[in-house]
Amino acid sequence: MAGEATKAIDQAELWGGGRSPFSVSYGKMMMWFFLISDALTFGGFLSALAFARHHLEDAWPVTENIFFHFPLTHAHLPLLYVALMTFILIISSVTMVLAVEAGHRMDRKGVVKWMAFTVLGGAIFVGSQAWEWMTFIAGPDGLLSTSADNASLTSNPYGPQLYADFFFFITGFHGTHVLSGVVINLIVLIRSMQGWYDERGHYEMVEKVGLYWHFIDLVWVFVFTFFYLI
Amino acid sequence: MERDDIIEYSLDTHHDEEAGKKIRKKIYFVTVLLSVVTAIEVAMGIIWGKAHIDVDGMGWLTIKSIFIILTLLKAGYIVMVFMHLGDERKSLRNVILIPYVLFIGYLFFILLVESSFIFYVKDVIGWV
Repeated sequence: MAGEATKAIDQAELWGGGRSPFSVSYGKMMMWFFLISDALTFGGFLSALAFARHHLEDAWPVTENIFFHFPLTHAHLPLLYVALMTFILIISSVTMVLAVEAGHRMDRKGVVKWMAFTVLGGAIFVGSQAWEWMTFIAGPDGLLSTSADNASLTSNPYGPQLYADFFFFITGFHGTHVLSGVVINLIVLIRSMQGWYDERGHYEMVEKVGLYWHFIDLVWVFVFTFFYLI
Repeated sequence: MERDDIIEYSLDTHHDEEAGKKIRKKIYFVTVLLSVVTAIEVAMGIIWGKAHIDVDGMGWLTIKSIFIILTLLKAGYIVMVFMHLGDERKSLRNVILIPYVLFIGYLFFILLVESSFIFYVKDVIGWV
């Protein structure tokens, strides 16, 4: 019963005090700390959105009347493209968790396959968001010009200025996260292909970037509800 | 009881093919659940969205509440299953979730209260 370890752990991997708090490695704990601080940022954004739209409720535009475009068609399809983007992000989250699972079995081929799908899904999402921004900026006339009816941080043809500001800040901040997530996933994909993690003896790096990637999906779930649906 | 005198390390979490199958089954279940819930949300948004409903009535409040409940359900599955927080030590789970939920919950509460007051001052009694 005395404090004896079941398994000798390399001194280099133990925390300073000779223990590992919560039984997690240092890197994973720090990833969770980072995610908490990032979640506070997004929590700030979304609560500010709630504050603004709650007292501007009457003037606040109806989302279905703005986001009804779909690439390559002129049909009126409210919310469907955003729903598709949401679905793509959820699926890329699933391929990520499958990569983590493959990593626990030390299955390099599995990790490479699922990480590749994750990178692809993330890239499609970033591209979709760029298209979404372009459509939103163009305004109701659909023309990207320098005229005043384009949406920007200082003008908004759809309604209150705050609506455009929140759109750009929230989806922009989220999109930046997706972009950096794609880059980080790509690095981990290349390193898995090179066999770095087999050499190291564990695939925990996949799990750590996985936490970040799932967090991005988590944020989008809330953005989808609070910005687009409600 | 959880023994804290045995050092387990998350770097050592490996499992075999048998356990992997079980985990994958759970992942696929959550995938289907998240997709179905998202589909329900979108369908509700199209059928009973703000464009088609009396925003001041009880109906919209109900729809809004259902949206928020479904979102929290999705978030719970993502955090507990995809991010493995459900499999971590209970103390880690509490350290991460409890302060965050309390703080953001309070922030939303106080901002909505203040927002209602601003609406009252501006639009109802017209001070500004």
